[in-house]
Amino acid sequence: MDSSATDGARLPPPRAGSRLCVRCGERKAALKRPKTLEQICRECFYIIFEDEIHQTIVQNSLFKAGERVAIGASGGKDSTVLAYVLSELNRQHNYGLDLFLLSVDEGITGYRDDSLETVKRNEIQYGLPLKIVSYKDLYGWTMDDIVKAIGLKNNCTFCGVFRRQALDRGAALLKADKIVTGHNADDIAETVLLNILRGDIARLSRCTFITTGEDGPIPRCKPFKYTYEKEIVMYAYFKKLDYFSTECIYSPNAYRGFAREFIKDLERMRPRAILDIIKSGENFRISTTTRMPEQGTCERCGYISSQKLCKACVLLDGLNRGLPKLGIGSTKAGARADSDGKQRTKRSERNTSSLQGKHGNFDF
Amino acid sequence: MHLTLEFGGGLELLLENSTKVHKVEVTTPKDGQGKVTMKFLLSWVKENLIKERPEMFLKADSVRPGVLVLINDCDWELCGGLDAELEEKDVVVFISTLHGG
Ligand SMILES: [Zn+2]
Ligand SMILES: [Zn+2]
Ligand SMILES: [Zn+2]
Repeated sequence: MDSSATDGARLPPPRAGSRLCVRCGERKAALKRPKTLEQICRECFYIIFEDEIHQTIVQNSLFKAGERVAIGASGGKDSTVLAYVLSELNRQHNYGLDLFLLSVDEGITGYRDDSLETVKRNEIQYGLPLKIVSYKDLYGWTMDDIVKAIGLKNNCTFCGVFRRQALDRGAALLKADKIVTGHNADDIAETVLLNILRGDIARLSRCTFITTGEDGPIPRCKPFKYTYEKEIVMYAYFKKLDYFSTECIYSPNAYRGFAREFIKDLERMRPRAILDIIKSGENFRISTTTRMPEQGTCERCGYISSQKLCKACVLLDGLNRGLPKLGIGSTKAGARADSDGKQRTKRSERNTSSLQGKHGNFDF
Repeated sequence: MHLTLEFGGGLELLLENSTKVHKVEVTTPKDGQGKVTMKFLLSWVKENLIKERPEMFLKADSVRPGVLVLINDCDWELCGGLDAELEEKDVVVFISTLHGG
């Protein structure tokens, strides 16, 4: 009966929930898994979803018993589901982890205020201690202030550099051994694509790593590396998890938006495309001649840096001296935002700095 | 036909007062033997509920890829997608996966 339904041009479409779960054969199917196209019921979905993440954690040895793990929590769907699932798995499988929620308050009125409220509810709902670090406290500037000073054009450079450092600093305050983030399979596929489009080979191979920054102060890992966004949102919906969903008002990143749209179009035609793109990203291996820059520390704030001053300190210098463009033009990220003419004159500079861009726009 | 429509994941921002739940009465179309299909419902929603940026919700004649649809809490991909036929008192949920991680 079921096989005829797949080509069922003639048959009336089956009513909602009239098919049985292919796993248990008992309950009505509630969703079609993008990864496998299996039709499964809610209960089986919970089990498979959680178990796949558990397997990812175990197979990649993401954690050791006794570690303190900071969950980068934005109040959005991915980090909310991550906090929930990780605390469940920690209990069920006795990982022996001390879990914390770590949020960054960029100081964006009407956006971050609301999402922080969500994180504060999560703190109570999941019983995880919450630490909030703010741009205002760390840098003396809120994102609102920064946008007022520099306009909307390059603000994501600040946001990216500052957020990455803020998470590290917050994690250090928590004495965390690791940071976990909610980046999912769709996000990683999108980043692979963007790095190909930019010819950024260093980031291309690195962005698929499940753990990064092992040479830095605190390693970061992505337990959702193989988890589809569709399933994360379905999980949150069925479990009625409380998350916040409004785009950052300062991040009209059109280029990334197109990449995302393209990934979603591909997924509709062939859901496996997402995993395949991650796989291709993994298969690009950086050649040994491409050396990563040597790590030192920032003279001013002590953060890891390959230059005398870290990127955040350079940007802050500019802001504080009323020259907010300072430090933007000399990175790849900033050069892209500049006009074509300016870019050409900076080519030589860009070539030397392209591999040092560890303070990227994105958290990879 | 009485339907309950729910919008989430940021889609509610496209509607009047960002209201998430809408109890609506959809007049059955004259053609197609008076059946309300999902395809019909999508164009009805576009005409009657969406106040701004319809491209965040629809693409071509379907929902924008990345918008999840559930009919009575069942993934619409299991119910025939655009051809799924709705019945009195059905609950249809639309969730965008495209907003903020
Ligand atoms: Zn089942
Ligand atoms: Zn931003
Ligand atoms: Zn510094």
